[in-house]
Amino acid sequence: MNISVILFYVIAVCILGAGLLAVTARQLFRSAIWLLFSLVGIAALYFWMQVEFIAAVQIIVYVGGIVVLIIFSIFLTEQSGAKMPSPPIKRKLPALLAVLFGILFTARLISQYFTSAADDHSFQASMQAIGRQMLSTTDFGFLLPFEAISFLLLAAMIGCIVIAMKPSQADIVSPQNAGE
Amino acid sequence: MNTVPLSHILFLSTALFFIGMYGLFTRRNMITMLMAIELMLNSVNINFVAFNKYLYPGKLDGLFFALFIITIAAAEAAVAIAIIINLYRTHRSIDVDDATDMKY
Repeated sequence: MNISVILFYVIAVCILGAGLLAVTARQLFRSAIWLLFSLVGIAALYFWMQVEFIAAVQIIVYVGGIVVLIIFSIFLTEQSGAKMPSPPIKRKLPALLAVLFGILFTARLISQYFTSAADDHSFQASMQAIGRQMLSTTDFGFLLPFEAISFLLLAAMIGCIVIAMKPSQADIVSPQNAGE
Repeated sequence: MNTVPLSHILFLSTALFFIGMYGLFTRRNMITMLMAIELMLNSVNINFVAFNKYLYPGKLDGLFFALFIITIAAAEAAVAIAIIINLYRTHRSIDVDDATDMKY
């Protein structure tokens, strides 16, 4: 039981605790902050697994981008201090049962098949290797998905602007008229 | 150095995935549902990186899958928040139970 193993379990408890609070917190803003802690914990897990590049991307994109976007949208749409109603038991109980059975079945599968896999410490994820393979045009290169995803990001960006744009006064149809 | 077996990382990501699923099932606020989906995507990323590191240490493909999933999650979150803001503008609420225009 060395320090690295202890570190893993500490990180795991942080991720799961923050995640659990993120899906159960009654206040929307607190929920977003717990999500932030959970995502930082996952970045720490990537650091622990020695994939520093993924950890950096996780921090930049999730913590710096998505959570900030979520907090912005909370401020734009709700009073951030208002409490959400607790979900009724008729919705909580089936969800809890489904989740418990899912965890049990998956844990059983994992304990059946992945017990012998141990780390042999030969894994190297250097920045050079990642960059070379990402932009390589030869076999096993990822240039095509890279380009495809750049188009996807452009499309998503334009789509967001179009969806969230304030309609001009002439286009506004009141909901009563639209329903007829 | 680290002697944590692969199965413990998989238990962690399984638990995180089902925590996200619980949030998706019980919450009715669109922003919290989006946050639950982000948790689920993250647990899948942990799986990809862990499998890459433990089972195929000579390759990098799992890392690329994780990178692309992170990118797509960013695009998805942006579009979802645009939709949420638009819904709030028309319905004054982001509760999915209130958006029943196309239900009947």
